[in-house]
Amino acid sequence: MNDRVLRVQDLAVHFKLREGGLLRAKTHTLKAVDGVSFDLDAGETLGVVGESGSGKSTLARALLALVKPSRGRVLWLGEDLNKLDDETLRKKRQDLQIIFQDPLAALNPRMTVRDIIAEPLWTFFPVIARVQVDERVRGVMKMVGLLPNQVNRYPHEFSAGQCQRIGIARALVLNPKLVICDEPVSALDVSIQAQIINLLKILQKKLNLSLVFIAHDLSVVKHISDRVMVMYLGRAMELSLRSNLYTKPLHPYTNALIKAVPVPDPRVARAASESVLTGDIPAPLNPPPGCVFHPRCPHSIKRCELEVPAMRRMEHGDWVACHRAEELDLTIVKSG
Amino acid sequence: MSLLEVKDLDVGFDTPEGEVLAVNHMNFSVEAGETLALVGESGSGKTQTVMAILGLLAENGHARGQAIFKGKDLLQMSRAELNLHRGSEIAMIFQDPMTSLNPYLRIEKQMIEVVMHHQGLKKAAARAQAVEVLRAVRIPDPERIIRQYPHELSGGMRQKVMVAMGLLSEPELLIADEPTAALDVTVQAQITRLMSDLQKKANTAIILISHDLGIVAGLCDRVLVMYAGEAVECGTVEQIYYDPKHPYTQGLLKSVPRLDQLIERDLEAIPGNPPNPLTLPEGCKFRDRCPQAFDACTSTPPMQVGADRHPFRCWLGASK
Repeated sequence: MNDRVLRVQDLAVHFKLREGGLLRAKTHTLKAVDGVSFDLDAGETLGVVGESGSGKSTLARALLALVKPSRGRVLWLGEDLNKLDDETLRKKRQDLQIIFQDPLAALNPRMTVRDIIAEPLWTFFPVIARVQVDERVRGVMKMVGLLPNQVNRYPHEFSAGQCQRIGIARALVLNPKLVICDEPVSALDVSIQAQIINLLKILQKKLNLSLVFIAHDLSVVKHISDRVMVMYLGRAMELSLRSNLYTKPLHPYTNALIKAVPVPDPRVARAASESVLTGDIPAPLNPPPGCVFHPRCPHSIKRCELEVPAMRRMEHGDWVACHRAEELDLTIVKSG
Repeated sequence: MSLLEVKDLDVGFDTPEGEVLAVNHMNFSVEAGETLALVGESGSGKTQTVMAILGLLAENGHARGQAIFKGKDLLQMSRAELNLHRGSEIAMIFQDPMTSLNPYLRIEKQMIEVVMHHQGLKKAAARAQAVEVLRAVRIPDPERIIRQYPHELSGGMRQKVMVAMGLLSEPELLIADEPTAALDVTVQAQITRLMSDLQKKANTAIILISHDLGIVAGLCDRVLVMYAGEAVECGTVEQIYYDPKHPYTQGLLKSVPRLDQLIERDLEAIPGNPPNPLTLPEGCKFRDRCPQAFDACTSTPPMQVGADRHPFRCWLGASK
């Protein structure tokens, strides 16, 4: 362990938006991701959690060099992905794969399962023998829990859970080292969700994959992550070991996210009277000054309105961007 | 008398491959002021059950059975008769606010249409009432929001508008189809709290369709679990959560990722996939995925009543 594979330094992705007519056009800058840093080891899973508009998906695309960062670097095995020429980058992409949110929409309805899973193979090894492709496709299908005799079927013949397995098979067919999972289970039923999460866990161990697992709530990533990063309006609020984050979160926003997840236990759910966060996430075009979370934060003070808190390391090694992290005690009281 | 009593409800759809039975012999009732949850995987027939009650089935769908609302059978009513109840005594919050709101109309127009029609209010009065309700669901600056088009609002705001529309006529029965599924957790918590506050105030009965067992635990009085178009278990929230009898209910509860437990456990998934409604198995429809299935399960399981009198459909512990 402790082979660092991915190093993200002060990554920012800004989009320029034009508004207004020809003459009085104004340009706005939308800071989708703004100053995010983290490292990822081989075989490690980082959970990335945030509400809609927090920049999770833009971060995913930046990690794969699908969008150009406005600032900062993405180092894959020591190399800056954005400094590579197209051909080298294309080769590197073998190692970097992605699993998408909507399993049906991510599969071409007019291709058979064989062709869908084999497509990356044809792309990267155009002269590969047909038998070899077939063998590999059947191999990954078995690995993700699909029946290899279903290779000639089309996506619509499968349930949502099985389609997500096809998506996973396609991502794994090239033996990648890093897989970005962009909300891979949020479109699935709970019973199927658990199947996919457990499958990803098993595959990760078996193949020593590094995973970046993106989700919009904390309950899903709890079961798969080693560390969890919480994002809000394009910034990282907290980056902590899983064991710490769920028991003693450092950031008030993490605390609010934990408390907002409904507990499937009637007595506990009814006893909980904690105040929930009010309001929506502010528009990312016009983020609040100071700490971006301060208008919704129950612990906000004058300093939070004026000064942007830097991401800093606490003594036990977790990271937080909050002025008041030392004085606040956000320990979660648990049952069971 | 119950506010709504559904008896032997079947919902079928004509397809080129023959009739697909989406809902099979549903029986349940809803009392005034209570919240009933319909829980189950996608395709289990939750939405089609309520669509049939409201007369909103697709062209090729048909419903059999009875849905008695305040003594009258909704399924026998003509469209004109139904319209006397829909939108006034019965309201529905649809699942997807982006596709259920008309993109061409301002929020105002969509909201006040209903009250003007049913309560015969003048435009100004209807508008004032709509603003009031928007304020009640904690939409900031409702006077401005009501003049906007759906696309100008965030997903959370749109869903709140949907909830507000459902509450506007102070219905006796509110049907909410996954009202929070597309929303972020913090907004989700706001909306569920809103619904329960307003229910207490107006004594509205709610049928909540949800796959989120966390939300159901906090909001509902009784739970009806559906699988492949059938009711497989029905009880109070306590009975369902603390003493589930049907293996499917047990599996559902175990597969929920939970934040409130310290124990580092693996998620227990229900193996397999929901059955294809065109090729449902004989006997118990859950038996292919059931960890406790045995010989008897090949014939239709009986509806049993446990010691605490809550019914479940299973062969376990039954004498054949």
